[in-house]
Amino acid sequence: MSPRSSTQDPWWVKALVLSLVAVFLSLILVLPLVSVFAEALRQGLGPALEAMSTPDAIASIKLTLLTAAVAVPFNIVFGVAAAWAVAKHEFWGKSLLISLIDVPFSVSPVVAGLIYVLIFGSHGWFGSWLIDHNIKIIFAVPGIMLATLFVTFPFVARELIPLMQEQGVDEEEAAASMGAGGWTTLWRVTTPNIRWGLLYGVLLCNARAMGEFGAVSVVSGHIRGLTNTMPLHVEILYNEYDFVGAFSVAALLCLLSILTLILKGLLEMLQPQVRRAGH
Amino acid sequence: MSSTTHISSGQDRRPRGAPPLFRRRSAIPGFGLSLGLTVSLLSLIVLIPLSAVILKASGQSFSQFLEAGFSPRALGAYRLSFGAAFVAAAVNAVFGVLTAWALVRYEFPGKSIINGLVDLPFALPTAVAGIALAALYAPNGWVGQYLEPMGIEAAYTPLGVVIALTFIGLPFVVRTIEPVLRDLSADVEEAAASLGAGRLSIIGRVILPALGPAWLTGFALSFARGVGEYGSVIFIAGNMPFKSEIAPLLIVIQLEQFNYQAASTIAVVMLSASFAMLLVINAIQAWARKRSA
Amino acid sequence: MTISIRSVEKQFARYPALRGVSLEVQPGELLALLGPSGSGKTTLLRIIAGLEFPEAGQVAFDDQDVTFASAAARKVGFVFQQYALFRHMTVAKNIAFGLDVRKAKDRPARAEINRRVEELLGLVELGGLGGRYPAQLSGGQRQRVALARALAVSPQVLLLDEPFGALDATVRKSLRKELRRIHNATGVTTIFVTHDQEEALDLADRVAILNQGSIEQVGTPQEVYDQPASAFVCSFVGETNRFDGAVSGGRFVCGSVSLAVDCADGPKTAFVRPHDLVVAPDGFEAQIVRVTAQGPVIQIEAHTASDQPIEISLSRQEAGSIAVGQTLRLAARKIHLFDPVD
Repeated sequence: MSPRSSTQDPWWVKALVLSLVAVFLSLILVLPLVSVFAEALRQGLGPALEAMSTPDAIASIKLTLLTAAVAVPFNIVFGVAAAWAVAKHEFWGKSLLISLIDVPFSVSPVVAGLIYVLIFGSHGWFGSWLIDHNIKIIFAVPGIMLATLFVTFPFVARELIPLMQEQGVDEEEAAASMGAGGWTTLWRVTTPNIRWGLLYGVLLCNARAMGEFGAVSVVSGHIRGLTNTMPLHVEILYNEYDFVGAFSVAALLCLLSILTLILKGLLEMLQPQVRRAGH
Repeated sequence: MSSTTHISSGQDRRPRGAPPLFRRRSAIPGFGLSLGLTVSLLSLIVLIPLSAVILKASGQSFSQFLEAGFSPRALGAYRLSFGAAFVAAAVNAVFGVLTAWALVRYEFPGKSIINGLVDLPFALPTAVAGIALAALYAPNGWVGQYLEPMGIEAAYTPLGVVIALTFIGLPFVVRTIEPVLRDLSADVEEAAASLGAGRLSIIGRVILPALGPAWLTGFALSFARGVGEYGSVIFIAGNMPFKSEIAPLLIVIQLEQFNYQAASTIAVVMLSASFAMLLVINAIQAWARKRSA
Repeated sequence: MTISIRSVEKQFARYPALRGVSLEVQPGELLALLGPSGSGKTTLLRIIAGLEFPEAGQVAFDDQDVTFASAAARKVGFVFQQYALFRHMTVAKNIAFGLDVRKAKDRPARAEINRRVEELLGLVELGGLGGRYPAQLSGGQRQRVALARALAVSPQVLLLDEPFGALDATVRKSLRKELRRIHNATGVTTIFVTHDQEEALDLADRVAILNQGSIEQVGTPQEVYDQPASAFVCSFVGETNRFDGAVSGGRFVCGSVSLAVDCADGPKTAFVRPHDLVVAPDGFEAQIVRVTAQGPVIQIEAHTASDQPIEISLSRQEAGSIAVGQTLRLAARKIHLFDPVD
């Protein structure tokens, strides 16, 4: 018998694994993150702050916040409705419905933008009708909203469905047998049990809504000050070789995603059951 | 539905002895409303718009479809998108297992930070990742400057695409394997050890086979995500037709030239690939469930 | 309140859960639904509660048809097998829930609700624990909270699904007494589901025995024990020795076992309870393989001459000084005969 426990790796294996992981994660995750801040601060804090506060940058920040403010409540309503239907009831075609909810995750973001161009673009299904009525969806804010709704569609639902399935229907049935109506049951019995999972889904949805690039890029038209979200603004500045500007706005987005990760980590620490694999 | 004083009877509902409707009646209310909302929103935001692209692509003859969907330029783009996504998923399959292993089995300083950082690709906007990687691996970048003397060009080549897709796909592998590894109880390993197995054969014959389905799932998820990825790639790819142009970019280019049909055709080819992969992933997971049951 | 169940049928995906069940429950009665798992007893209870709905048949409370009325409208108290306590609410909040969710015009005043909660906590002997959360209680205490919560709305019927199923043996016994006491104190019509025949016989006024979606017999504990209506009831309720044989000329014969019966000729299955076997000089032979003394009763395992294992309970006087290896001669005080069953 060797003195070390049979389920422990030898020290050199541990050292080898940890160094490989350290090198790999540095190259892929850590250095890119650090480089964003380094590039942003290349000429000091002043120019970076200046780049973040140009009118175009401010407009892009506002539009990004607006997008998230639309996408998140929509996602909550859809997610709770879908989870309520799927987890608390039996019906034919349920597993198909669950698969269909996940579809946006397997569609390229570019295709997500393309489909709305085909429907609402000037050559699309409703193109001439929209032009006649002077309604702009593509290359305008509504298109950005739609594309964002599409790419964030499954976030809350796929967080809540397994959680609510696991919790079963006992408490809701108990509430019903005591005379509670549907809304009362949802609000007083179900919601307290799913709030952390809901918050987790909202965090991820919010991060994606603020950060979406591909889908939004296709429908936005890149009109400065009007239809540029923060990620699109980063692209424009970058393509104009305004690296300090691009990386400064990018740094702002980085801070946002670090905040998301910290909140997510806290949530997982306090409520371990919320963690789900594979987003 | 009924007042509190009088209990309503079910006379008017449906005939006695009728076969069950498509669902069992449930004591929990809100089925109609919640399912109605779910299906309407799903149809309006996802399904109907998606059908638009299929309709658009099918509004042409088969030879036109082939020409648009499988032109040499499109084939080159698929080769790059699928090839780079495959390589990146393979890289992640190796390093993702190591990372998951380190996170589950070892204690080391900064573990919780590393744990949080693994999810960075989920939280970081892809465009930010794209410009950061491009800056890092450019010939004058922090990493690129050391690669160049070795004759390795990373940025603006297919290698750059692989790097970006590795970034994007990493958490899929780690987060799929991690829970399985955590649940793999120590007694299985102890049992193997008590039967005389050495550490390496325990790893090779007990642990890795148990990880198999999760590993495949993680690989497939990482691959599927990589194929459609756009934001993080275009900044580092170089975007040269036939060489470093990914399929999603080709869709955007066709769209900018108002070639809606060509854009839709490429999109349909990619959608078919995504759904095929979705089926594969589901099959792997069904297999894994059956195996563990 | 009288509960009438008339020809209720319920189909689940592949198998029938209930096939034409009819049952009448008297006001103030304590009735047990007894059966093995999969017999449909829980389904029947949930149909009475309005948590499931039948494909055919009728459920009536007094003369009111409630077959398709919602659970909320029926004013029943339901105690779930796993209690289904609201995890995020204190014990007091759990108990008050049914009153809290009433519409403003029907809702008692805050003070009245609090008084009712205190009263119920006292009834289930949990006074002072109103501020705890369900996670801070033992299994038995959770059960009591579930009971108090179900009683809070002053239900017309109290329904309990395997109320003691999740508890260990000692707690189960004491809670059984508790439920009887609470039933006597409130007088509410009560139906509980169990698979434990001892529990059903011990607690209930009447027992309804279900098997494969049908009711086999309804009766007092003594009736179902002494006059079982079917072979299933006989073997499910209480201990029995089973013999598959035939009657001919006033005697039932199965291998070496021969018993006097009063019955027409033909193949039959006979059941004899261990305590209905008596020592008799002209009886059939059985060799003792094991003897255990349980208080006043001696339990004997024996083999008949045709090698069938049987069990016998004798009083200490009857048993005398018997020992393993000895051969007894036995006759039956009482035999339950049924047409052959598989």
